[in-house]
Amino acid sequence: MLRAASVSFAYGSHRVLDEVDVAIAPGALVGILGPNGSGKTTLITVLGGIARPARGEVTLDGTTLSRLSRVEIARRMAIVPQDTHLTFDYSVLEVALMGRYPHLSSFELEGPRDIEIARHALAATGTSDLEQRSFLSLSGGERQRVVIASALAQLADAEVLTPPPDGRGPSRVLLLDEPTASLDPAYQLEVADILRELSTRGHLTIAVCTHDLNFAAGLCRELVMLRDGRVIAAGPTDEVLTPETIRRLYGIDADVQRLAATGRLSVVPLRRVSAGPGA
Amino acid sequence: MTGSLGRRVAVVWLTFGALLLLIGAAAPLIGSTAIDLRRVFVATVPFDENVDAQIFFVARLPRVVAAAIVGGALAAAGVVFQALLRNPLATPFTLGVSAGASLGAMLALTFGTPVVVPGLSDSAVASFVGALGAVAIVYGLATARQRGFSTTVLLLAGVTLNSFFSALILFVQYLADFSQTFRTVRWLMGDLDVGGYRPILSALPFTLGAFAIFAWLPRPLNLLALGPDSAATRGVDVLRTQRLAFFSASLATGAAVSLGGPIGFVGIIIPHLVRLIVGADHRLVLPAATLFGAAFLIACDVVARTLLAPLELPVGVVTAVLGGPFFLWLLIRQR
Repeated sequence: MLRAASVSFAYGSHRVLDEVDVAIAPGALVGILGPNGSGKTTLITVLGGIARPARGEVTLDGTTLSRLSRVEIARRMAIVPQDTHLTFDYSVLEVALMGRYPHLSSFELEGPRDIEIARHALAATGTSDLEQRSFLSLSGGERQRVVIASALAQLADAEVLTPPPDGRGPSRVLLLDEPTASLDPAYQLEVADILRELSTRGHLTIAVCTHDLNFAAGLCRELVMLRDGRVIAAGPTDEVLTPETIRRLYGIDADVQRLAATGRLSVVPLRRVSAGPGA
Repeated sequence: MTGSLGRRVAVVWLTFGALLLLIGAAAPLIGSTAIDLRRVFVATVPFDENVDAQIFFVARLPRVVAAAIVGGALAAAGVVFQALLRNPLATPFTLGVSAGASLGAMLALTFGTPVVVPGLSDSAVASFVGALGAVAIVYGLATARQRGFSTTVLLLAGVTLNSFFSALILFVQYLADFSQTFRTVRWLMGDLDVGGYRPILSALPFTLGAFAIFAWLPRPLNLLALGPDSAATRGVDVLRTQRLAFFSASLATGAAVSLGGPIGFVGIIIPHLVRLIVGADHRLVLPAATLFGAAFLIACDVVARTLLAPLELPVGVVTAVLGGPFFLWLLIRQR
């Protein structure tokens, strides 16, 4: 269980998160929705333990993050940022192997076991064929999948390539920030498939920030809605994703229908009802 | 390159180490006066009467050793600055760190230093302080812009710092007397005519200190290439890595500048060529750049000594003639 309790965060005097409560159960697949500047990315960095809340606390399986070392946190939680700009010309395998950082001591080199884990992670994201390619030469969708693979290699335990079948044991959490923002529809579906697979078969706990309401509706079983740094609604997707909450979230009228083809909700934005969020 | 990482690390050390030994051994034999290696090591002739041995040990070997230390330190500092600022055009020279170090050393040479640190040379301490001052400004700029250093900001910061420190250096020169000015002008061109082993010994603690920290850096620097947040989520202590890297690169630059003056472009030519050969992994790039940088500057100094013999060019002229066009080419090629 990854839980934020009354978490507040500010950049200088600008408060970004205000008494946020979020509970992400083991194996959950949660979407975090909100307009620009609502604090989604900050919530991800605070949940993932790379930014410390000003007030409140984040706990992973009952332990406060501030009592865990960076490495202990990194073995159990990984953040996938919206874009990854690599400075130098690393190969895809090298990027995947960077996920092994928290599993190795300062001067230890990656061994056969780490390479096996990295290859396993590349296979899970359908990027095995790219292994020897330069990361810089990849398309946006390929890069995103390789970075997800690097995060998977990070979460894989050295002792067990695959988690126990019943999904018990400590939570392992993947946090993604706008994973589909710069991807075409085919890649968006592909990323959604990968995440669904990781959630059901890999027993990962996953939280995804997104602007894409239909991506969230199609993928996530639960939603957290964030506006101006506050949670305005949270719960199962079918209950939470309504014209009323969308109106409160974005200041728009939207039509929410259940699609016969997928059984999932679908959102069509219709018109703005106010000058924008916050108005 | 293929094979396991451990093997690739070994191959890098062996090949670049062999290159350095080869060039380092050949360099003292080359010069305006031909010497014979056999006569250098003849035991029957006393040192005072052995001209070959005197040329070898007094005139040339110190330069070779100084070139190796300065070249290795500047190339390694270049690698570290590039990884830290996430920009392949960052170097001690382009960032103005060399200029800061020069100003520090100039002040010490011209006015002396108020505090004497026992065992360490004034100019080495002063140039380290100067380098650290310049780096503090660069660090401030880099942390103010969390997304890394754009090439535009980097070049503007470098131009600004370089002209600022140059103006101060000119001011100090104006206050100095004539004989001092001649010495410092030559030193400011980047000159390895160190005149003995004493300056080498006094720069050595700084260099060794810097490399002791460098040894720890390659893995976190690899992760920083993904960006600070991505490095942090993988368990890297980003702030500590940045501070250690800035500190050690300043140490290395300070030591190099106190020994050979602000020799330009070693910190960009070498890391770039090395990455073309060994790839991006800093566990390979850092040792390779250090060894290759040392060999490169020894070779450049041989050219500087022999091109217009018996006249000796400052080695900084040679590296600048090679490095200027190389830098422009990189700038054009950069996406």
